[in-house]
Amino acid sequence: MTSGSIVAQITDYANRADPYPLYAELRKTPVRREDDGTYVVSTYYEVRSLANDPRLSNDTSNRPAGHGRPGQPAAESGLPPSFIFTDPPVHDRLRDTINRPFGPPHSPRFLDGLRGELAKVVTELLDAFEGKDQVDIVEDFAYPLPVTAICKVLGVPREDEPLFHSWADALASSVDPHSGDDGGPEKAQQARQELGAYLTDLIETKRRHPGPGILSALAPDMKPADLEATAVLLLVAGHETTVNAITNTTLTLLRHPDILERFQKDPELAVPIIEEVLRYEPPVQFVPWITALADIDVAGTTIPKGSPVWLMLAAANRDPRRFTDPDRFDPDRKDNEHLGFYTGIHYCFGAPLARIELHLAVPELFRRVKFSRLLEDPPPYRANAVLRGPRHLPVAIEGVTP
Amino acid sequence: MRLVVDLNRCQGFAQCVFLAPDVFALHGEEALLFSPRFDEAQRDRVEKAAAACPVQAILVDYSDEPTSRRSGWSPMSADTDVEVLRREGRIVVVGASLAGLRAAETLREQGFTGSLTMIGDERYEPYDRPPLSKQALLGRARPEDTALPRRRDIDAEWRLGVAAEGLDRDAKQVRLTNGDTVSYDRLLITTGTRARPWFHPEEAALDGVFVLRTRDDSARLLRKLTGGVSRVLVIGAGFTGSEVASACRELGLEVTVAERGPAPLVGALGGVIGAVADRLQRKHGVDLRCGVSVTALEGDDVGRLKRAHLSDGAVIDVEVAVVSLGAMRNTEWLAGSGVAAGPRGIACDAGCRVFDVNGIVTDDIYAAGDVARSPHPLFDYQFLALEHWGNAVEQAEIAAHNMICAGPDRRPHLWLPMFWSTQFGVNIKSVGVPTLGDQLVVAQGALAEERFVAVYGYRGRIIAAAAFDGAKWLGFYEQQIASGAPFPPEYRAVDRRTETLHPIDPAFPDPHLPTHGATVTLTGHSPSERRVAFVPSHA
Repeated sequence: MTSGSIVAQITDYANRADPYPLYAELRKTPVRREDDGTYVVSTYYEVRSLANDPRLSNDTSNRPAGHGRPGQPAAESGLPPSFIFTDPPVHDRLRDTINRPFGPPHSPRFLDGLRGELAKVVTELLDAFEGKDQVDIVEDFAYPLPVTAICKVLGVPREDEPLFHSWADALASSVDPHSGDDGGPEKAQQARQELGAYLTDLIETKRRHPGPGILSALAPDMKPADLEATAVLLLVAGHETTVNAITNTTLTLLRHPDILERFQKDPELAVPIIEEVLRYEPPVQFVPWITALADIDVAGTTIPKGSPVWLMLAAANRDPRRFTDPDRFDPDRKDNEHLGFYTGIHYCFGAPLARIELHLAVPELFRRVKFSRLLEDPPPYRANAVLRGPRHLPVAIEGVTP
Repeated sequence: MRLVVDLNRCQGFAQCVFLAPDVFALHGEEALLFSPRFDEAQRDRVEKAAAACPVQAILVDYSDEPTSRRSGWSPMSADTDVEVLRREGRIVVVGASLAGLRAAETLREQGFTGSLTMIGDERYEPYDRPPLSKQALLGRARPEDTALPRRRDIDAEWRLGVAAEGLDRDAKQVRLTNGDTVSYDRLLITTGTRARPWFHPEEAALDGVFVLRTRDDSARLLRKLTGGVSRVLVIGAGFTGSEVASACRELGLEVTVAERGPAPLVGALGGVIGAVADRLQRKHGVDLRCGVSVTALEGDDVGRLKRAHLSDGAVIDVEVAVVSLGAMRNTEWLAGSGVAAGPRGIACDAGCRVFDVNGIVTDDIYAAGDVARSPHPLFDYQFLALEHWGNAVEQAEIAAHNMICAGPDRRPHLWLPMFWSTQFGVNIKSVGVPTLGDQLVVAQGALAEERFVAVYGYRGRIIAAAAFDGAKWLGFYEQQIASGAPFPPEYRAVDRRTETLHPIDPAFPDPHLPTHGATVTLTGHSPSERRVAFVPSHA
């Protein structure tokens, strides 16, 4: 990629706080070829159509030598990629298996059953706001909730969380195409190994002494390496994405006082607000780990076989051909078929968990906390361009009601 | 409060099941079942589910029972301009089901303020039929709870429980069975189809012999199935018959399926896919008998069904027979009216305007839904009659739009046929017209795993695709069909199991033999064409 190209600007940290003007520029060429042969797709219908195209692969080992292969563990590690980086039939078998203790058809009430415990976490976190005039929404609210949730889902002891916090961070940055600049891949491989060792032990314990959570349920049915890869994926995803979703919702509402005022009078507005934030500020901004298996004609361009493809979800979500007045945050928007959780067979596995958390967290946060203002706008962002979100969101508050 | 899911759009993401597990459920890996009626306690969850649906396929109506009343109207002359029509015209819709309702809603949505009359032969307000052979038989939804959610108030006069029995085009009047006449400026015919009855009237009248089309049919059959029967005979293994057999097995009942063709679903999907359906049925314990007809149903002294005779000489003791021999179009009431209506449906142009018997298009009579047949450019301009839920919705919207606008603003009905079926825990979906296919390849997955996408070719281009638990891929093939992409699809794709694709004959039965399975019927090119009637064989 040439430095100075739009894509380089998008991954440039300087533009992390507001990449949307760059996305608008990008959409002028719906399918854009970068100098290194990567194809960047940014318009809604093209992104959606390619996300559902069987000629595209999530298995980056299909890329010719010379291109980055995110998601592929080093050959010497002997580890399989997690299911997000596989294609059917392997993908479908893994995902169906993992889904058995997690969701319908076999366990439709598993997540629903966690509501009570998670609601309690929300209450405790907000209780702790008592007496403060300033909080960091990320550290004090948006981060602890999803971490507790994913630990409960997997059956990871909550007290072990600090152990893998930094591993998860290092792994998440490995999906960022520019993480190579600061030694990301090496750090990621090391984190992967350490986290792997931790999980291997944990899974072995679960196999012998089953407890709550899906790792225990899956241990008898899955190869240890596959289960470990799955656990790594879900832990990382559980750490990074819902944090962004909760934080982005808070930030967006504080930036739109008119809507915040309506919301406080009408708590039912939470449902469309949450969906609109997923369109407006999606926690996963783009998917850079796709590869073309064949020549693909799209929007007047042919993407040649073997090309890396980036699907720009955040740009597609603001495509004026699909969404009227797309840069407006509008919870009254009808027919909000956003791509915030992607689409097709790789639709976000954790989306239902994220929604349950958002539906518990957002209304309570704004019911109980009297906000005064954002202390930094824009707030400081984390380095990651893909899993984009604020590192901190300091806000001044006037109090918290019971 | 009521809801309906557009299962053409649904791809089995299951977000609704996670958020409202009391209202939505997955049947197998991706087939969705839903409760059409829910109460206040579920409202919050349903709202979240509808908002979360990645393809926005859930329509919810939170209002109480829709009101229905309308006062008198003012008559107007025949040659009136569109504006006057929109303001004070009289529109009559004959057929108060899915297509009729959606058309009425579209009329109001587009600003029609004249009088609207909805005529329906059933006593009920419009209800949804697909659940009647699925959720309803499984006891997950009551047949009487299937009333369709409303998109908006339609402010119509409802004439329910009274059928239309004649049309006078000169007087612009519909005659009803109770002797009333209703005048119109524009008429929309959405009379749909009815279940083809058992050919022998006395046998059809036996206690224990059922068809399944209406709410009442479903309620009666459900009562019988849950009332302690041991064996059910399903006559005909098209979609409805297969779904009934599936539900019976799930209820723990013994089932014999008698199918005249070589396999289930052959009429719609051909013998190659039929063989997969065959395996599915047997795997789930169905006593499937193909290549045989039922020749007689025999009752006991008090008129209860006790056994069935098959063309291969077999005799089976059964207490219930479900006759699933396809549908007949409700066009008899148009006999003598001069419109091109017959057993194959009512011929109309792509704008839903009905033809007269001379092939001249009328301008005041429209048709939509199961009863309509119209030419489609993607399929050689042959007249297509589509018994599909999605077609009823889309064609009704087009017809309604065209009824109240001037010529240049009219839109063509170019919907790509699409349907779904849920049976034996598998979600079967199809797009395009498989019956036109002269070749077939399995493009993704494997038939043996009962999870695949099969692609049909017609003269070197892709004409249709059918998926078993592969709904998320069909959007891609829909685009391929619409763009006339070449067949076979030789490019590399995920889940392709062979290096090269070897097209095979999809094995459709001889089209000259009448069959009941097809829900897309190619009815030739002539707007007034009439074809042979169905005659059961007595082999």
